[in-house]
Amino acid sequence: MTLSPTFTQLDALESEAVHVMREVAGEFERPVLLFSGGKDSIVMLHLARKAFWPSPVPFTLMHVDTGHNFPEVIDYRDDVVERYGLRLVVASVQDAIDDGRVVERPDGSRNPLQTVPLLDGITQHRFDAVFGGGRRDEEKARAKERVFSLRDEFGQWDPRRQRPELWDLYNGRHKPGEHVRVFPLSNWTELDVWRYIEREEIDLPSIYYTHEREVFLRDGMWLAPGDWGGPRADEVLETRAVRYRTVGDMSCTGAVESVASTVADVIAEVAASRLTERGATRADDRASEAAMEDRKREGYF
Amino acid sequence: MTTAPGTTDLADETVVASERTADHTQRDLLRLATAGSVDDGKSTLIGRLLYDTKSVLADQLAAVERATAARGGGAVDLALLTDGLRSEREQGITIDVAYRYFSTATRAFVLADTPGHVQYTRNMVTGASTAELAIVLVDARKGVLEQTRRHATITALLGVPHVVLAVNKMDLVGFDEATFRSIADEFAAYAAQVGLDDVVAVPLSALDGDNVVERSARTPWYDGPTLLEHLEVVPVLRDPGTEAFRFPVQVVIRPRTSEHPDYRGYAGKIASGVVRVGDEVTVLPSGKSSVVTGIDTFDGPLDEAHAPRSVTLRLADDVDVARGDLVVPTGAQVTVAQELRGTVCWLAERRSVLGQRVLVRIGTRTVRALLREVDARLDVDGLVVERFTGVDTLHAVDATDTSSDAAPSALGLNAIGRVTLRLADAVPLDDYAEHRRTGGFLLVDPADGSTLAAGMVGATLLDRLAPQDDPADEADWLAGAGI
Repeated sequence: MTLSPTFTQLDALESEAVHVMREVAGEFERPVLLFSGGKDSIVMLHLARKAFWPSPVPFTLMHVDTGHNFPEVIDYRDDVVERYGLRLVVASVQDAIDDGRVVERPDGSRNPLQTVPLLDGITQHRFDAVFGGGRRDEEKARAKERVFSLRDEFGQWDPRRQRPELWDLYNGRHKPGEHVRVFPLSNWTELDVWRYIEREEIDLPSIYYTHEREVFLRDGMWLAPGDWGGPRADEVLETRAVRYRTVGDMSCTGAVESVASTVADVIAEVAASRLTERGATRADDRASEAAMEDRKREGYF
Repeated sequence: MTTAPGTTDLADETVVASERTADHTQRDLLRLATAGSVDDGKSTLIGRLLYDTKSVLADQLAAVERATAARGGGAVDLALLTDGLRSEREQGITIDVAYRYFSTATRAFVLADTPGHVQYTRNMVTGASTAELAIVLVDARKGVLEQTRRHATITALLGVPHVVLAVNKMDLVGFDEATFRSIADEFAAYAAQVGLDDVVAVPLSALDGDNVVERSARTPWYDGPTLLEHLEVVPVLRDPGTEAFRFPVQVVIRPRTSEHPDYRGYAGKIASGVVRVGDEVTVLPSGKSSVVTGIDTFDGPLDEAHAPRSVTLRLADDVDVARGDLVVPTGAQVTVAQELRGTVCWLAERRSVLGQRVLVRIGTRTVRALLREVDARLDVDGLVVERFTGVDTLHAVDATDTSSDAAPSALGLNAIGRVTLRLADAVPLDDYAEHRRTGGFLLVDPADGSTLAAGMVGATLLDRLAPQDDPADEADWLAGAGI
C-alpha cells in the first residue's frame, strides 16, 4: 500500500470550493455565476467544471457589463461560453442608464453603477444563488463575509443578519425575493489564485500579461484612454509595457508597469509586490477606507 | 522549518521564509481559532503574526499608520490591522468572527478571529467548529480567569484537537519563569478536566514580538517552540487510516450526454477516512449495500482517496442514492434513529421553546424535528451543569417571554444545553466526539430560515460533568474539581 498522497493547501482550497458549489447545486433552484472575465471568475468557472464533471456546468453565467470593457476580455468571455456550451446573460449598465434606472457619474466611472443592473438581473431571472469571486483577504469589510451571504429583496447586506457558519454546514434558506451570494473563493488569497491558475494551466485574457499600451497617469494609476472620458487635456498619453492585476471598468481599473509575460512571472511579481491588488489598481476602493463596506451594504458584489 | 524543542539555537532559528520566496507546492493548510479578549492583547497578537510573517502589505500598513496617527500617534498599533467594520471601529468593539490569512514556507493558515465581548460563546463556537487548533490567550499578570476556563470548555466542547495556551504580556511580569509555570500548570489541570489532552504553553509578548515568530532572548529558561514554530508542526490531518470512512452525498451526477449516456455518480467531500475502489459500502439510512467501482475526478480516476478530498463515487449496483444519504463502510456500527440526543449551543436571540418545530441540518440532509427536552444546561463561566428534572416536556411557553422564569429549561443566546430531538425520519447519527465532521448539526428555524443553534450528536462533555442518571456523581465531580 502506498503512503497517503500529500494534500496541499491548494488541494484543500479546491476541495472546499467544489464542496460549496455542489451544495448550491443541491439546495438552490436557479443559481448564477457572476462572470466578468476576470481571473477570479475564471477560476470559479474552472472549479464548477471540475465539481460536476462529466456533467456540464449547471449554472448560468451573468456578466454585468459596464460598457467600458477591454475588448480582449469580451472576446475571452464569448469564447469560453461557446467552448463549454454555457448560457450567458448580460446585465448592462448602458441599458440601465438609457432606461433612467441609474445616472452617469461626473467622473465617468461606472463601477459604482453596476449594483442596479446586477440586482435587476437577479430579479428578472429569479436567480436565488449568485456566485461571486470575492475573497476575504481582499478588503476589511470582506474579512467577515460568510461563504453563504444572505441578501434581502433589495440585495442589501446586513452584517447583523448574517448567519453563523459552522463546520461545512451552509444554511442557504431564504424567503422568496431574497437571494444568497455565495463565495467559493472566500479562503483564497491573491497568490493562491495565481498559483492555482499556474497549477491548473488556466488560460486568462491577454491583458493579465505584459503588453505595450497607450496609457496616461491619473491619481498614481496608469489608465487606458477610452470614450468614457480619458485622458483630460492635462494628462499625457504615453506607451508603456503594462499589465492588469484586475479586470474592471476601464475608467477606474489601472494597469501596472510590468514585463511579466507568463504565469510564473506574474507570481514572482505579485509575491514581491508591496501593494494589495485593490489598493494598487482600484480607484473606487481608495476613495474611502469604508468604501467597500458602503457598497456591500447597497448590494454590490 | 523548526527544530525539536530543546535543541534550538537561539541565534539561528528565527527562520520564517516568507510567502514571497517559498516553494509552495508542498505547503499544507491549518485552520485555527483564537480565543481571548482585546484586553489580553488578542488583536495585537494576530497583528504580530501577520506582520512578522510578512503578510501585511505596504498599503495595509499605511492605512494602519494613518489610523494610528488619527488616534493621536505613537508606535504603530498592530491591533488595528485586524480591526473590522467601521461600525465596530466607531464603537470600539468587534461583533463577529473575522478570518485572517498568513503563511510560511511550509504552511498556510486560515485564522478565525473571534471577538471577546458580547455574543462571545456564539462566535467562539463558530470559529472553533472548523479549527484544528485553538490559541487560548491569557494575560500573564492576571493568569487563568473565569473566561480562560470558558474558552477551554468551548474548545473541548467543539472537539478542537490541539490547544496553545499563549501567556501574553510576559514583558509586564519581567519574563518571570515562575509566573509562566504557575499559569501553565493551572491551565493544564483544568484542560485535563474538560478532556483537552494536547496543550502547549508558550510565554510571549505580542507587543514586542517575543516568542511569537522570533525566539526571545528574554526567556532563556524556555526551550519550547515559538508560537509560529508550533503552528507549523501541528498535524493538520488525522491519519486517515485511523478514522472510519464517511461520505455525505451532495449531488447525483447524471450527465445524460451522448458522451456519457449512462453515467451515474455520487458527488461529495469525504468527511473522514479513506475509500478505495473495491470497498464494500452501505448507504444510510436505507441500509442498501454495494461496492465502489470508481472514484472519479475531473483530473482522472483514483484508486483511493482520503478526507477531505471532493470526489465522485460510482457504485456497482443501481441502488437508490440521493442527496442527504451517508455512505459508510459495510459493517460499520452507525446508529440510525429518530431520537437525537445531543448538545446544542443556542445562537439566536429568541429563546428555545419545548415542543418547538425546527429543521435539523446534519451532513447533507435536512429533516424536520421537534425539540422534545432540555435536561441540562452548562454554565460555561463556572463550569456548572444545571439540571432540569421532571420537566413537563411539552408545556406551552410563550416564545416572546424572555424573562428568566419563562421556562427554566429554555435556552437563550449563548446557552449550551443537553437536548433531545424527535426527528421526522430515522437518520444516521455519528457521535460528535468520534466523528467531528459528521456529528455536527444545525437547528434551523423553518419559518425564516435563520440558524438557531449549533449541535453535536451526543453529550460527552456534559455527561462527564453531570451524568444523566446519578445526581450524586455531579456533586462528586464538582467537589473534586474544587468549584
